[in-house]
Amino acid sequence: MALSDLFARRRKDDADGADGPVQPTKILDRFLAGLGGRQQPVLLDLGPVVGPNVTFFGEEVGCKILVEDLSKDIDRHVTQGKLEELPAFFDTRFPQESETIDGILCWDIVDYLDRPSAERLARQLKRVLRPDGVLLAFFSTADPRSSAHPTYTKHVVVDRSHLQYRSYTGTRAKQRPLLNRDIQRLFEPLRITENFLLKSNLREVLFRKPGAAAKAAAAGG
Amino acid sequence: MWKRDEAVKPTSGPATSTGPAVQSQFSGASSASQPEPRQLSGRDIVNIGKSVVIKGELNGSEDLTIEGQVEGKIELKENVLTIGPNGKIKAQVFAKALIVLGEVNGNVTATEKVEIRDGGSVDGDIVSPRVAIADGAHFRGSVDMQRRATTPQATPPQQRPAAQPPAPQTPAAQVAQPATR
Repeated sequence: MALSDLFARRRKDDADGADGPVQPTKILDRFLAGLGGRQQPVLLDLGPVVGPNVTFFGEEVGCKILVEDLSKDIDRHVTQGKLEELPAFFDTRFPQESETIDGILCWDIVDYLDRPSAERLARQLKRVLRPDGVLLAFFSTADPRSSAHPTYTKHVVVDRSHLQYRSYTGTRAKQRPLLNRDIQRLFEPLRITENFLLKSNLREVLFRKPGAAAKAAAAGG
Repeated sequence: MWKRDEAVKPTSGPATSTGPAVQSQFSGASSASQPEPRQLSGRDIVNIGKSVVIKGELNGSEDLTIEGQVEGKIELKENVLTIGPNGKIKAQVFAKALIVLGEVNGNVTATEKVEIRDGGSVDGDIVSPRVAIADGAHFRGSVDMQRRATTPQATPPQQRPAAQPPAPQTPAAQVAQPATR
């Protein structure tokens, strides 16, 4: 390979943010444990497609992965000036049958949504999630408006306890952080089973959809 | 590297392949160009040029590179199928291995591996024991890497509609990079 090719490739890697920081995660291992015991769990990934994640979840965990990159949907609505249509768009965004998904990787997508959009998205995610299914989501607790240029993040699985954060340019900045109570209400009736606040001011939350037995008990009670 | 022009120059004339040729049952080929067979490294590789449009079913037992357009169904169950940077496929694909540098719209079943390289685009469901997706690749659909995929199913997964426009192409010099794993 020519020297110029090496430099060109290095620049491209830098531009893509391929060398993002690796941070510990407490929630991923719990998420994977929540999928345990299922023959071939079906995962819904709402982030951009990431090769190492497909390998990790597909080969190592044995999941079937559905990739539905919502950041592209947000970008498209922003660039077309149709952001007000985003809530209605989410109503028809997911073709999956109800209660067919074992786990949802929501990553930090909710941080980029206004309240109506977040509510409509959450409604759909609650619909497609199976009873006892799990949903992983990250929520920022820092003021996002201090950043001049909007960026999204690719969350690359390094191992069960580490994620690499690769930033890349986006069109929409993070919105006002949600309070704990807002997060809980947004995803009700899902239950928060794990909630970690990391040193990076990121809140990692694991939700679980109540099983049929729990639903029946709640209805009876 | 120094003889790149010669390496990519399409050959003309009759097929030189020693193995069974790639067969196509197609209609509406829009060009006088024929599939262009070449021999590289002692292995048969057939090239479908970028001006060729095939509508129908494409079967074969040689490695195949497609730079043109194919609509319908492609079956290369024992061979490697490469979709070049100019290739546009709207078809169900069955192959031993699939390497995508262009656009594929349709479900893919590969018994060995699927690679979507930088600039490559796949809209559809993938069934393969190994899948490598490079940074800069576009993918929308599902990935099923279960070992039961070693034999293509009689009833392939349901076709997904393409809901988004494909990702923009990148220059050919970039898509030649190996997939990052």
